[in-house]
Amino acid sequence: MNLYHYIVRLADNSHILGHRLAEWCGHGPFLEQDMAMTNIALDLIGQARSLYNLAAEVQNEGKTEDDIAFLRYEYEYQNFLLVEQPNGDFANTIVRQYFFSAYQLPYYKTLYENLQNKNDHHLTELRGILEKAIKEINYHLRWSGEWMIRLGNGTEESHQRMVNAVQNLYKYTGELFIADETDDTSLQSGFGVLLPEVKKDFDKSLFYIMERSGLTIPENETMQTGGKQGVHSEYLGYILAEMQYMQRAYPNSKW
Amino acid sequence: MQEKISQIWSILENITDPEIPVLTIVDMGIVRDVKIHNDDVEIIITPTYSGCPAMSVIATSIKMELHSFGWKNVSVTQIYSPAWTTDWMTESGRKKLKDYGIAPPVIEKRIQHLMFEKPPEVPCPRCDSVNTELISEFGSTPCKALMRCKDCLEPFDYFKCHR
Repeated sequence: MNLYHYIVRLADNSHILGHRLAEWCGHGPFLEQDMAMTNIALDLIGQARSLYNLAAEVQNEGKTEDDIAFLRYEYEYQNFLLVEQPNGDFANTIVRQYFFSAYQLPYYKTLYENLQNKNDHHLTELRGILEKAIKEINYHLRWSGEWMIRLGNGTEESHQRMVNAVQNLYKYTGELFIADETDDTSLQSGFGVLLPEVKKDFDKSLFYIMERSGLTIPENETMQTGGKQGVHSEYLGYILAEMQYMQRAYPNSKW
Repeated sequence: MQEKISQIWSILENITDPEIPVLTIVDMGIVRDVKIHNDDVEIIITPTYSGCPAMSVIATSIKMELHSFGWKNVSVTQIYSPAWTTDWMTESGRKKLKDYGIAPPVIEKRIQHLMFEKPPEVPCPRCDSVNTELISEFGSTPCKALMRCKDCLEPFDYFKCHR
């Protein structure tokens, strides 16, 4: 059952961030960036679909990707608090994306390596999904990283907005690197990812970007936690209410 | 058996990508394998991007086309590994893309984690000038970027290198 939770957590993060980015559709600061955000949303929701499908297969209770996405409650979602934070302004969306991609890339790469030569059908499938996703995340990281630099060094206004966004979001990055039972069991099963190692890569990326964008990492920040345990900020409930409305109002309706 | 398999491949060669209708799914390298067990046909496909909305349309087109040639039991299986790469695009596919006004993929040398690296030199599909610039990494579909030719001044789509 642990593998189910492990995969669902990966999927929940992509799913909720994908949903947030999709909210920008038609509201982007200009057309090209509107398309960039919805393209990234599409990649993330695509990753989530593949992962939910696999989770349903692992669970083996005859459920589908839709059951997992649309029929779980807030406390059953295991995504980070970071990804459910509202879009705010463009600067806030960029910083949220950069924090997430700078975590997701080294995490997925390490997991992909650790899953090599595992003689298990589900783990091999998971590795295939990651192989595809890693190529896409490279683009997400570069896109958000370049915007971090552009806006950080832009006008006084854009710089101030970036400072506010970093201040607002950095406190949600702590839980990304705090291992819990699901992380520990995956390590015992021989494929898990050592979070302190991912944290090193994350800090390296962040240092590289901050140095070039004239921004600084907040010091002595009290980190917010809870997302991984299903204790969410109030925002997730609103997201799920909108996302799950159809399945709740018309149970078992199909496309 | 071999004859039947090549017959199926030639049917698949006529199915086009719903988003880039000049390319067939074989040109794109989406079809990875064709298997026949008795009268059942299994087509193995791989998605270009995780969220590519064309995949379900493609799976339906494969079934409908093979049905019309008398194959009753057709299943389409999606695999992720090995992950799709633009290296699988055929030569004729690349030529068709260019004729259609989309620049075919150019081998990328950018180091992924560095920012503002020089994008690849992509020749303009209309005037062949390499004096072009990247407008956006993300274009009208997940597989394309938006570029502009600084000589003929036309904007154009570029099929991103994905490997």
